[in-house]
Amino acid sequence: MNTTEYITSGNLELYVAGLLSEKENLEVHAMALKHPEVLREIESIETAILELTKTASPGLSQDFLTIRNRLDIRAETKVIELPKEQTNWLTYVGWAASLLLAVGLYWMFTQNQELQTQIEVAQEENQKLEQQIAESNSSLEQSKDLLQTIRDKNIDVITLGGQAVSPSSYAKAYWNKEEKKVFIDAQGLPEPPDGFVYQVWSLKLTPLTPTSIGLLEDFATDENKVFALNNANASEAFGITLEPAGGSKSPNLEQLYTLGAVASS
Amino acid sequence: MKLEELVTKCQNKDVVAFEKLYAMYAENVCGAINIIVKDKAIAQEICQDVFVKIWNKSDTYDASKGRFFTWVLNIARNAAIDKVRSKAYKQGKKNLSADYFVGILEAPRDESKDIDSKGLRRLVKSLKAKCIEIIELLYFKGMTQKEAAEELEIPIGTVKTRNRSCISQLRENIKL
Repeated sequence: MNTTEYITSGNLELYVAGLLSEKENLEVHAMALKHPEVLREIESIETAILELTKTASPGLSQDFLTIRNRLDIRAETKVIELPKEQTNWLTYVGWAASLLLAVGLYWMFTQNQELQTQIEVAQEENQKLEQQIAESNSSLEQSKDLLQTIRDKNIDVITLGGQAVSPSSYAKAYWNKEEKKVFIDAQGLPEPPDGFVYQVWSLKLTPLTPTSIGLLEDFATDENKVFALNNANASEAFGITLEPAGGSKSPNLEQLYTLGAVASS
Repeated sequence: MKLEELVTKCQNKDVVAFEKLYAMYAENVCGAINIIVKDKAIAQEICQDVFVKIWNKSDTYDASKGRFFTWVLNIARNAAIDKVRSKAYKQGKKNLSADYFVGILEAPRDESKDIDSKGLRRLVKSLKAKCIEIIELLYFKGMTQKEAAEELEIPIGTVKTRNRSCISQLRENIKL
């Protein structure tokens, strides 16, 4: 089809009316680009319709401003950039904020865990201290009791001096004849070796007659090293010997650590 | 500035370019709508809506698929036809007898005084009724060739050739 045939086909009039198929539209468009006379013909047809419509115009009721006010302002080129950037900026800030918040929350969580551990440790320490105070109190009570006991007016105090086996050793005996009790303060005695125990003897001097009044059991673990023993004898002296565990029937005088005579009243 | 440039700028939401396009086509768009609705106030109202639509939909226009005015005319036609089909319009216009666009020449004086009736008369004076019919059906009612052929009870092939000769006559009248 040559251009004249193309022009007179009536297709270009339909093209301007918008009645051709999409494929035909593309074809006309290509032809118009290729052949200036086709384009001119299209423009003439369009002009005829433009003239016809223009003469039918009822006039414009409003100026462009009225329409402009109804346009989506945000869609304008010059304004479009800024809000977009702001949106991006806001987005970044938003993400940054949430990241910060997450990190902050994690940090606070860790801090909280740590503080709680510290509180637990502190509470444990408190308990320990309370226990220590309680123990000290009871120990003080005991000490007071002890002091009370040895200050009793019926008490005889006998100093037991160190003997050949251990000259530096000493002990004291607080003897309450009324109550038939003797308290041995064994502070000055060395710890007995394993399998041995100190044994306390009441002695009659003429003739020398030893009577066992007891063992200083659990010597190492006894804190104040004061041992209460029963003594109903009319003792004239007290001696302490080291004996095999469980004690002996008669004292091993070679292992006599301390000895002291009761002052005659 | 060339039309293509203005359209491209308008598609990029350039209001200044859009205002130029409005200046170029406002009368034509409002006229086309008036031909369809045959009511000045309604035509002006729809015309405004159509330009807002043109702005909003401008990015859907593709030059390879047709003329810019063809695309604009299609939007105007659809908006006007929607109005004509509405119940309110039908009730308001039930006494209007004119079927084709020359009818606006015969409309009551107060409604037609604003249109360029002299110019319109000049354009359509020698046009036969069958030309006015076919131009209205194809350009302002948006009928396909087949629909127009059925409406006018003529062979489909005649639609294209008759339209061609009618538009040629119109072009001659413009030169006068």
